[in-house]
Amino acid sequence: MIAIKNLKVDLGDFLLRDINLDIDSGEYFIVLGPTGAGKTVLLEAMAGLYPVLAGEVWIDGREITRLNPEKRGIGIVYQDQVLFPHLTVEENIAFGLKSRKCPKREVKAKVDTMAEIMGISHLLRRNSATLSGGEKQKVALARALVTEPRALLLDEPLSALDPESKEKMQRELREIHRRIKVTIIHVTHDFEEAVTLGHRVAVLNDGSIVQVGTIEEFLRHPSSEFVARFALSRNIFTGRAENSFVDIGGVKLRTITKSRGVVRLSLRPEDILISKEPLQSTARNSFQGVISDITDKGSIVYITVTLPPDFVCLITRQAFEELGLRRGARVWVTFKASAIHVF
Amino acid sequence: MNKISIRRKLDSMSIVFITLGTLLLLFIFVPPLKTIFSSSPETLWNTLLEKDVYSSILLTISAALIATLVGLFLGVPLAYLLARHQFRGKRFIEAIIDVPIVIPHSAVGVALLFVFGANFLCGKIFHSIGIDFFRSLAGVVIAMMFVSIPFLIDSAKEGFKAVDVRLEKVARTLGASPWRAFFQISLPLAWKSIFSGLVLMWARGLSEFGAIVILAYYASFLGWNTKVLPVLVADRFDLGLDYTRPVAALAILISLIVFVALRSIAYKGEKA
Repeated sequence: MIAIKNLKVDLGDFLLRDINLDIDSGEYFIVLGPTGAGKTVLLEAMAGLYPVLAGEVWIDGREITRLNPEKRGIGIVYQDQVLFPHLTVEENIAFGLKSRKCPKREVKAKVDTMAEIMGISHLLRRNSATLSGGEKQKVALARALVTEPRALLLDEPLSALDPESKEKMQRELREIHRRIKVTIIHVTHDFEEAVTLGHRVAVLNDGSIVQVGTIEEFLRHPSSEFVARFALSRNIFTGRAENSFVDIGGVKLRTITKSRGVVRLSLRPEDILISKEPLQSTARNSFQGVISDITDKGSIVYITVTLPPDFVCLITRQAFEELGLRRGARVWVTFKASAIHVF
Repeated sequence: MNKISIRRKLDSMSIVFITLGTLLLLFIFVPPLKTIFSSSPETLWNTLLEKDVYSSILLTISAALIATLVGLFLGVPLAYLLARHQFRGKRFIEAIIDVPIVIPHSAVGVALLFVFGANFLCGKIFHSIGIDFFRSLAGVVIAMMFVSIPFLIDSAKEGFKAVDVRLEKVARTLGASPWRAFFQISLPLAWKSIFSGLVLMWARGLSEFGAIVILAYYASFLGWNTKVLPVLVADRFDLGLDYTRPVAALAILISLIVFVALRSIAYKGEKA
């Protein structure tokens, strides 16, 4: 269990402030935020690598705010891995064990076991500078995990990888987490990464945490436009609310809000139904528009329907093919009033 | 790539610049070469066998080596601090480090005498542990160290700056103390720069004249009363050019041989 209480860190240009987090043992926790939000510094502060102005860091019921990094048992893996360039893969992985005065024979055994788990046994003799991005990432993970840390901090571990290795690494991270029940705190700017890997997510923006919750809570109730944008609710509108209707410029949406005046609302792409004919359903919002854009993502397809305004809808590849949708086709978009989140 | 473009575009500017550059290279290269070849190998060999000369060579080389090792021990920690930390007054400290480059070196000799002379506090402290600086090996060493230490510090500082600080951070999270992170990570990775700083410092020490001529015009060394090579060259000049030429040639040769040898060691390390 990791607890962060009212943490305050000076970043030079701005502050990380009022950071409060409780992370359970064995949890895969995501910190989501744009570049420059202070994510890396948050991790470094937890690991004891960045000075803290105020607040406390606790791990397993013990306060470690002022403890030296080598005494914390918190591992860190950076986006660009930072392997020790003058050491071989094996020496990289063994570094932590040797630092902790582990007997020689044990070092060898532990390094071998960890290399096997990570599937990098064949790389042990290699110079760390000659590895591919994915291989380096595994070595960096092995180097941290072999010391059996109480928590593992991952700083954008997938951002430097090409899409294919990224997907593979995502699966492997999940698998590693399942096998080695280590607490993982993973920072990223990629919401899809968060959805794929995380149990719970904290969103960091401008130096403070704007929302903490499960993935489901995020998708249903983003607490701000910033979060909503992240949550792939690509439909974010501004309109004027009156009597549970919101006028977003040409289209009046039926909602369940009680707000009045100017509001922002979000609508998840997957909550919109697309049909060629008007649907007979209990859904209260149904409008006709023209398909203006189609983005093929493989098993799913994003479709932009212009009323105006533009609605981004998400359908499966199967539905897309069955409906035979083309650019310029006239279609109906239908969604429930309760699918609209007003904030 | 560059060679081709130079050959193709021999415009007036390139011609002028190449001419100026060539003149400068000749200026640097011809006098030492001419000095070396103006004495026959036989004369050089006989000069080398003179007691004054070989004792001087030994004194010069060993004093410069000692100065460099002391510089390594004291200068590398300072270089590391300057590379890693931002603090008020850092620029001032960096300026202080370069001071030895700008003071006239004979004045340096006087200044050192004022601190390390037998009548002054520092000199007295060292005297109590048996080290005197006036006309001694120790005097030659501190004079060399004073004028050559900036080269080592600057080079080592750049070396440490080029080492990603996160390498040290990762090492710390893996359980390494600051000492272990320094000796296992930062120092090996910065070593090339430190080594080339050591070579520069040693070479600069070898050639020092001004400060040494004040502080230790001659020094007792291994039972000899001898002078460092630059001083010996100047001394012989008073007797006439013919006396000084072979000594100067030897001084140039020895410096060049060692310098080239060390550079090639450093270069090999770079390729490996």
